[in-house]
Amino acid sequence: MVLSVQNVKKSFPGAEGPVPVLRGVSLVLERGETLALTGESGSGKSTLLHLIGGLDRVDEGSITVGGREVTTMSDTERADLRRSDVGVIFQQFNLIPSLSVQANIAFQARLAGSYDENHAKQLSEALGLSDHLVKYPEALSGGQQQRVAIARTLTARPKLVLADEPTGNLDEATASEVLGQMLGLVRETGAALLMVTHSQSVARRMERHVHLSQGHVV
Amino acid sequence: MIWTTLAALMSHWRCNRLQFFAMVAGLALATALWSGVQAINAEARASYDAAAATLGEGQFDQLLPRSGDKIDQSTYIALRRAGWQVSPVLEGRLRTDDGSVRLVGLDPLTTPGNIAPVGMQDDTTLDDFLTRGVIFVPPDVANALEGRVTQRVITDPSIAPGAALTDIGVAQSLLDAERRLSRLIIAPNQPMGLPALDQIAPGLVRQPAQDAGADRLTDSFHLNLTAFGLLSFAVGIFIVHGTISLAFEQRRSMVRTLRALGVPLKVLILLMISELVVFALVAGGIGVALGYVIAAVLLPNVAATLQGLYGASVAGTLQLRPEWWLSGLAIAVLGTGFAASGALWKIAQMPLLASARPRAWSVASGATARRLGALAAVLFATGAGIAIWGQGLTLAFALLACLLIGAALALPLLLRGAVNLADRKARSAMWQWFWADTRQQVPGMSLALMALLLATAANVGVSTMVSSFRVTFVDFLDQRLAPELFIRIEDADQSPDLERFLVSEAPEVLPLLSVDTEIADIPTELFGVRVGPTYRENWLFLDDSGNAWERVAEGRAVVVSEQLARRAGLWTGDSATVAPELTLPIAGIVADYGNPFGQAIMSEAMFRRLHPDVVPLSFGVRTEDPAELRRKLTEDYGLSDTAITDQARIKAFSLSVFERTFTVTGALNVLTLAVAAFAILMSLLTLASIRLPQLAPAWALGLTRRRLGQLELLRAVVLAMLTTVLAVPLGMMLAWVLLSYVNVEAFGWKLPLYVFPGHYARLMLFALLAAALAALWPALRLARTPPSDLLKVFANDR
Amino acid sequence: MIVRPLLLLLLIPLQAVAQGFAGLGTNADGFAVPTPEPEFTFPQDHGAHPDYRIEWWYLTANLTGPDGTTYGVQWTLFRSALAPETREGWSDPQVWFAHAAATTPDRHYVAERVARGGIGQAGVTIAPFEAWIDDWRMAGPSFDDLSLSARGTEFAYDLDLQANGPLIFHGDAGFSVKSAEGQASYYYSQPFYKVSGTLTLPAGDVEVTGSAWLDREWSSQPLAETQSGWDWFSLSFDTGDKLMGFLLREDGGASFSSATWIAADGTTTAYPDGAFAAQPLEVREVAGRDVPTQWAVQLQDHNIDVTVTALNPNSWMALSIPYWEGPVAVTGSHTGRGYLEMTGYE
Repeated sequence: MVLSVQNVKKSFPGAEGPVPVLRGVSLVLERGETLALTGESGSGKSTLLHLIGGLDRVDEGSITVGGREVTTMSDTERADLRRSDVGVIFQQFNLIPSLSVQANIAFQARLAGSYDENHAKQLSEALGLSDHLVKYPEALSGGQQQRVAIARTLTARPKLVLADEPTGNLDEATASEVLGQMLGLVRETGAALLMVTHSQSVARRMERHVHLSQGHVV
Repeated sequence: MIWTTLAALMSHWRCNRLQFFAMVAGLALATALWSGVQAINAEARASYDAAAATLGEGQFDQLLPRSGDKIDQSTYIALRRAGWQVSPVLEGRLRTDDGSVRLVGLDPLTTPGNIAPVGMQDDTTLDDFLTRGVIFVPPDVANALEGRVTQRVITDPSIAPGAALTDIGVAQSLLDAERRLSRLIIAPNQPMGLPALDQIAPGLVRQPAQDAGADRLTDSFHLNLTAFGLLSFAVGIFIVHGTISLAFEQRRSMVRTLRALGVPLKVLILLMISELVVFALVAGGIGVALGYVIAAVLLPNVAATLQGLYGASVAGTLQLRPEWWLSGLAIAVLGTGFAASGALWKIAQMPLLASARPRAWSVASGATARRLGALAAVLFATGAGIAIWGQGLTLAFALLACLLIGAALALPLLLRGAVNLADRKARSAMWQWFWADTRQQVPGMSLALMALLLATAANVGVSTMVSSFRVTFVDFLDQRLAPELFIRIEDADQSPDLERFLVSEAPEVLPLLSVDTEIADIPTELFGVRVGPTYRENWLFLDDSGNAWERVAEGRAVVVSEQLARRAGLWTGDSATVAPELTLPIAGIVADYGNPFGQAIMSEAMFRRLHPDVVPLSFGVRTEDPAELRRKLTEDYGLSDTAITDQARIKAFSLSVFERTFTVTGALNVLTLAVAAFAILMSLLTLASIRLPQLAPAWALGLTRRRLGQLELLRAVVLAMLTTVLAVPLGMMLAWVLLSYVNVEAFGWKLPLYVFPGHYARLMLFALLAAALAALWPALRLARTPPSDLLKVFANDR
Repeated sequence: MIVRPLLLLLLIPLQAVAQGFAGLGTNADGFAVPTPEPEFTFPQDHGAHPDYRIEWWYLTANLTGPDGTTYGVQWTLFRSALAPETREGWSDPQVWFAHAAATTPDRHYVAERVARGGIGQAGVTIAPFEAWIDDWRMAGPSFDDLSLSARGTEFAYDLDLQANGPLIFHGDAGFSVKSAEGQASYYYSQPFYKVSGTLTLPAGDVEVTGSAWLDREWSSQPLAETQSGWDWFSLSFDTGDKLMGFLLREDGGASFSSATWIAADGTTTAYPDGAFAAQPLEVREVAGRDVPTQWAVQLQDHNIDVTVTALNPNSWMALSIPYWEGPVAVTGSHTGRGYLEMTGYE
């Protein structure tokens, strides 16, 4: 079991007191599984993803990643978790503009101290980035930038990949292509994938599908 | 992880080289300005210290003749034989081919413990010094003495510049002052049970330590420089703050990404601090080196200025002192730390999921501006309190600080007000947009504009002070140098004969009789003058009771200098004891700038009665044909040409001294403005990238990029103009504080404040030019922004 | 800056004088040199001999206060010539300096003065006799009737000296040999002064009485190069007899000794090298040096076998030329008082 979410609750401060966003969500993800998390805007899907990635803290409940309890971790331990076990892919590509494509791809693996040049090369080839390695992110198209972000995440061989609308900024054809590549590569590495999306077509390409509505799994 | 993160942080600079350059250059400039001014100060002070050590001045109490300028050697022996541990000093000017050298004679056997006047070389012994005649000189004097003396001349850099040091016996013979001494140094430890000083030497007066010499005088100039140094530093801190804020704002998104990818915040902050420390050290090092260059370039002027003004020499060479490096680097690191603390704190507080968009204008919103304004009001009130009730140099400086910091803090509010006013008057939509947009720019540029405000105000203030000093001084010279020719002779026996000759050749001869004495315990030069039309017509009184010169001429009154009057607490109408058993009313007060001693002027007749032994060695001569009289004096009378000076030459010399002061202040002006311009450039660059989203709609609505660029430039100039307009009154207040408070507290005389609109206009022009230059490039960049970048704003703006 | 060098400068001639105690340069550089069988003429020879390099008027006194407390007083005027001549004014090559000290059982006060000849600040006149530097002076109508004064920051004294015995000539009628190589000085003493006067200490004035011993010595090259210092004893026994003896220490540990036995009636016996013996009994650390402060002294000829003990072991003269000088007590075969001077202890 790579990921276990048990009865997680989270609310945010609003003008008239706390606004509950997650009202007790539980789910489990096994090694190699892919899961689409859908729901309307404001259903709390991105929040759940942030909580799993240790980017935010739960109000209540338990989250374990690879058997480690995330909710009680210190900031430094969460950073450690993101560095080694969890990879996050955002809708905004979040590349480091001052580093080359190659350096961006290698970055997270280097942070985690697990950089494998061959692996990085394979990923770049599989994602069609081989010709762009010496360029800087600003010279790439949106699809290419997201491919770089995917490569960066996978190079570090995370146990769990979290993706927040990774194709949301791409046109449909590109989105489909990038998604296909991503799913293929995730399967190859044996990682589990949790993807937040509002697109049913994207969700259908996942093995499992969880829908969030008003803070509950339905 | 550390290295990977550091590499990512550093990659920012590789991609933003200009920004990197700006930060390092900004820090370096600020440090340079600081350390340059410090260097000039330190170097000059070190020279004085050398001089003071040579003379034992400032360290020991001394005995000076109560009247006249020499002590008989028998008085020295009498004091010694009464047990008093005193040591003799003879000082005088030794003429050389191209000027004169100050010769100091000492008795090394009796000088108190640590005024050691002699540099020792391996082949000199006390035997040589005492009995064969050895003269120790600094390098600059060595050549001048060549061929002038028969004694062996030994170069020793530790001797004060412009001085020569020798045994007292040698000095007596070289200065033709056998059995005469100038003063006696009193050793700090005296035997028990000594008889009272005035019992043995009633003709001597004891001068407490530190009250002698050029120290206080030259401090006047140093005070200016110190004030300037502080202001420069303040300006420097602003620019460092600006550049560092920029760098941090631009890296916010990177910081967020790094944290999302698993770099702990603590590691990130520590890495950024280390990065800054390294930059600060590198930039500080460059800055200190640069400061050294500035000082080295300016120092000949500074040295000349000081020498000209006060007769104190600064060695024309500069030494790189370790304390300089350390203080320069410390200032760079501390300044960086101070400037970066806010930015780092913001990074530390930034939530991981917050928008990574740079937020330069959140620094000083309307509410912040009002808060700063309130703080400024408090500072102004404190300043006013100090001005009314405060006393002392420290408080005078506190007043300056209140004034400057208050003004800087009030600036955003004032600018907002001005822009709002313009906004209300705006007719067209474009101008409304322009003013609204300008208002939004104000907070982002606040720091840079504060730097500009301080820089301009400092320049206005110092220029006003120096110029006021100059104007006053020129008037003073006109008054004091009214006679066309000045004659100074060395030989007292020649005096009566020369006077007869002069009287036969010139309509008015003004012999100048003088002795050093004390009035109200203040060292004073007492002058005897021949009151005539020259005095009546040319001398201006700061205050007088009418008929001043008549009363002086009749021996019924004296005229005293402002310094003496202020320090003794005397004024027109009070009485001054000018000699034992002679008290005269003060008929008038005259200005006497740059003189640490008091002056008192009485009639020639009265003076001759008091000091029958003193003969005039200086004569002022009125003549219609200076050249002809000069010819007669040299050819017919046989006077040496160097003994004659004409007014124009003295005036020209005195003015040239001020020109040099101006060179220094001028150069520092340019430097401070350069630093301020840099600050403007940096904030505009910061704002440029952030402002695209605001400019894009204006572009989309039909303003061309070229027009946008022009408006951008105009905006910078308008803001700079508003700032400099505010800077002028601030600068004048600064000058007023310097002249009316600081100068009086420090030196005992008040300088009249003159206003120099021309100077201010020029300074404003410079400031605007600096601002425009700084804004030009960002504006050009804007004008050349590819439309696609502007379009992206719409595409990316979620 | 220029602080340090002057001290160096000052030390040079003083060092030379220090070697007057311990090894002034071995050649005489144009100065006169003492020769055997001197003929003294008085009072002229009480005055200065500027053609000799070094000369002193050296007085030590053992004193007692009204309560029986013992004190010591030293007054020394040195003349050190840079050239064998005198000149008027500041260029006079005669440098004068002086040391004064007052010793109590637990304190030792010192002071020094330096001055140049030629200007009246220091010198010696013969008739009436006056030796002075600043306000320190030893003066009187004759050499037998003197008053003595000096003062420092913490002490002063004003003493009256009456001689009740003859002048004593050391060595061969005043020609005192200082080494096996023959270096010598002219050396005579007046050890028979009775003293009365006032000693001023921080606690107040003390009326004192006692005896004093004045040494006159001048030379131009007194010590051999290998001699590193000396130990000089002037002892007055309760019998009325007196003994002057000194050891000149050699670098290798050997020493050269000389002594004069002064009978109570003033008759003298001079002893050559070896007769007078002195061995340290107790060494104390004084001013960071090991200094013997108790000695065993023997002169077989007169059955002298005594222990000489410092009144105050810390009688260190912390001056430009540092050395040890202080009053001593004599016990053993004979009892009495005296003065001890030790130089060259580094």
